[in-house]
Amino acid sequence: MTMICVKNLTKKYGNFTAVDDISFDVKKGEIFGFLGPNGAGKTSTINMMIGLLKPNSGKITINEIDVIKQAKKAQEIMGIVADESNLYNEMDGFANLCFCGALYGMGKKERESKARELLKLFRLQDAGNRPFKAYSKGMKRKLTIAAALIHSPEMLFLDEPTTGIDVESSRQIRELILQLKNQGTTIFITTHYIEEAERLCDRIAFIVQGKIVASGTVFQLMNNVSHSHNINLITNKDVQDYTTALQKRFKEITVTVKKPDELVIKTAKRIPLLPILKFLHEKDIEVYEAKEIHPSLEDVFVKLTGIETSVLQKEKGGF
Amino acid sequence: MKSLIAFYNILKKDITNYYLKPPNISWGIIFPLSWTMMQLLRSVDSSILELLPGLISTSVLFGTTSMLAVTITFERSGRSFERLLLAPISLNTLMLAKITGTILFGMFNAFVPIIFAGFFINLSDINWIIVILAVFLIAVTSSLMGLLIAVSAQQVFEAQTISNFFRFPMLFLCGLFIPISSLPVFLKPLSYCLPLTYGADILKGAITSNNSFSYTLCFVMLLIFTVGLFTVSKYAIEKKQNQ
Repeated sequence: MTMICVKNLTKKYGNFTAVDDISFDVKKGEIFGFLGPNGAGKTSTINMMIGLLKPNSGKITINEIDVIKQAKKAQEIMGIVADESNLYNEMDGFANLCFCGALYGMGKKERESKARELLKLFRLQDAGNRPFKAYSKGMKRKLTIAAALIHSPEMLFLDEPTTGIDVESSRQIRELILQLKNQGTTIFITTHYIEEAERLCDRIAFIVQGKIVASGTVFQLMNNVSHSHNINLITNKDVQDYTTALQKRFKEITVTVKKPDELVIKTAKRIPLLPILKFLHEKDIEVYEAKEIHPSLEDVFVKLTGIETSVLQKEKGGF
Repeated sequence: MKSLIAFYNILKKDITNYYLKPPNISWGIIFPLSWTMMQLLRSVDSSILELLPGLISTSVLFGTTSMLAVTITFERSGRSFERLLLAPISLNTLMLAKITGTILFGMFNAFVPIIFAGFFINLSDINWIIVILAVFLIAVTSSLMGLLIAVSAQQVFEAQTISNFFRFPMLFLCGLFIPISSLPVFLKPLSYCLPLTYGADILKGAITSNNSFSYTLCFVMLLIFTVGLFTVSKYAIEKKQNQ
């Protein structure tokens, strides 16, 4: 079942086209990731989806609610985490959560009980009565995500949820995102961390210069760029003298020596390994390890977008 | 009901976070007080009653425009204002919640010179119902002007600069210090386009029975300004969102 449906969405700022006729959909209960460099159109897209920005053309529906025509109705089922922790510095953690609950019309008892529950879930119960300004970056981020969950939204938008925070907080946030997905929450996430997208997302879209250049599951994206199978073999001794014989015996493979005791077998389609292992065994070579090598999502991103991942990491201060 | 909960909590947050902070309370008391004392010392021949409409109007105008311009610009720069815009409440409810705190602060400001004057003169002849209504409507229109400025400015200092650009000419054109009849012909139409002209005139009528227009005309004009400024501010917020 579709939770988000975006059709031919375009946003222009003067002559500059920030989002250029993009279309995609997000299924209920999945984590959908938007991956791209700064200025790619990620934030403009998310801002249109949450009803903060009006598109020049296109259509957005969330749970069959037209966001452009009925933004307020759609916002009732959304939890929104901006790319900055934008809670109130003067208020403590508990008061911030209660205030956010009140914005969604929650009664006093209900929002106080949910706030306590969330502080516990995010391991912030000891900091609940401290002002937000006294929180560390990681704690601020966690409280901002908790605030987006106060009204138990069906749909959660996370704009760069782990940017610029410590490793432990990032790990906790990722765990919580997966926990929310398991509870049935649909999550739309923008990130420039490829590893994070790979680890969390069911499906990913690469966005560059306002256009979606590729989308699909990690497996589909990898298959789009990789049309060969690479098998890495680690042996008990030097195999360099046997590569020609191996190549002659098995015409469908290409053999490359990586190290004296490590070779890579490349094939156009999957083949059984046993004959190769037998052949090597006859030559008194034992294979200790055989592993299929897949291209990483990073390789796929670079190939499809032409953007080096170091560019993404420099923009946001690294992973 | 949901909108009411949101409205009440936005108002409560603003009062607790901004208006009840010691620097703002002291500003709310000290500014009208020093303005009052300055006028009394400089105009020894004038009666306190004659000065009161001007002191009340000035206190409300400065109190409301300063506070709203600062708080909204501050929330916009920290992006917490975005949180309010994304809540499932109408923009009307949000705007009303934001200006209500300022209106209350402005009314509190207005009563500083009144209380001060009460120590020296008898205020029993004043038509208090009319004064409270006028103070309320001056506070509403000034708050809406503050909102309009806050939406247009990026930084707090910018908001204050723009505020002064409007506030000082308004004070001198609204008939409080210089009668409108004494103004040059080309400035007179400008005076009639200022909400403060009508607010101050009501106060003059209620305090010294020295008003130039009828109460009905002034109240109608203030209500028109309220609706107009509310509509323009709403349009400005919506337009700003799409930039």
